[in-house]
Amino acid sequence: MGLFTNFLRKFLKNLFKTKGEVKLGLYGPPNGGKTTLANKIAMDWIGEEVGKVSGIPHETREIQIKEQITIKSKKSKGKELTFNLVDTPGIATKIDYEDFLKAGLKEKEAKTRAKEATKGVVDAIKWLDDMDAVVVVLDSTKDPYSQVNITIIGNLEARKIPVLVVGNKIDLKKSDVKKVQAAFPQYDVIGISAKYGKNIDEFYEALFKVTNK
Amino acid sequence: MLTLQFIPYTEISSLSSEKKIQRLLKVVREDKIVLIEGKLGSSEKSELIRKTMEEIDDRFKGIEIEELDLDKKDRAFTDKIRTAFINFILGSRRGLTIIGPASIIKEIKKDPDKILLFTEDTKKKKKK
Repeated sequence: MGLFTNFLRKFLKNLFKTKGEVKLGLYGPPNGGKTTLANKIAMDWIGEEVGKVSGIPHETREIQIKEQITIKSKKSKGKELTFNLVDTPGIATKIDYEDFLKAGLKEKEAKTRAKEATKGVVDAIKWLDDMDAVVVVLDSTKDPYSQVNITIIGNLEARKIPVLVVGNKIDLKKSDVKKVQAAFPQYDVIGISAKYGKNIDEFYEALFKVTNK
Repeated sequence: MLTLQFIPYTEISSLSSEKKIQRLLKVVREDKIVLIEGKLGSSEKSELIRKTMEEIDDRFKGIEIEELDLDKKDRAFTDKIRTAFINFILGSRRGLTIIGPASIIKEIKKDPDKILLFTEDTKKKKKK
């Protein structure tokens, strides 16, 4: 039944897909910098932000989409890539409202945030099937061998969705992009700082490769 | 008191992914740590995360999960092919998976041939 539903979804998706329309998803655990990167991309190319960024986990609890972003290659003149950018809520195996209390939220607010965050994770997983290419955004100061990271990448691999791994936060001292590369040797891994725009041009060039443009 | 429940591969291998996940979550929701012989597939793991999210409430905070690969990395190529074929037919029996309630397990670390499990200090928690 599940296989048939997936097939039908993919068939309908391809049937109604506009020619040249690419859905580029940003996936990863909470606080890896997905929305910071989404904002950087959108600000650089269309001058708009995608969503709010904060130090409290699960700030993004709904799928956020910026349509028709066109980036231009600096290496190959005239080369362009247009995509719809899909910023997803962070995927986690646990959500404790008490963590939000510690972050300074009031009880009611913390419980609401936890409820919304769980729904966000469910939505992010559901949307996996709709992506044409995915950038997995990881915090390069953290252990990359987490089951969340392995599960996200394993699912993308099973769906044959092209993946680019980003080791974000290279501006921080504890950043270790080599460790991220060692964890996922089968993928292109790029170290960036979405916050300060470090290595962002290499990242844009890599988007052409991952989307096969 | 910590309770560890071992689930042999044969006990869940014939179950559908949905039933397998239901079974595992039921044990975890009883505040037990589950040690499974074998590994879950990536789609089973994402389904486990999805189902876990749907069940989170004030008492159940989610899960911690880790896997231990028992395959030796320096095995001969023919051995690897044989294992891949067996895994394809019978599912991944090699390895261990540990799943526990996040309210009890603080962190699971892989080191890389052993699993280190750090539990919450429940006494400390109760004092609060």
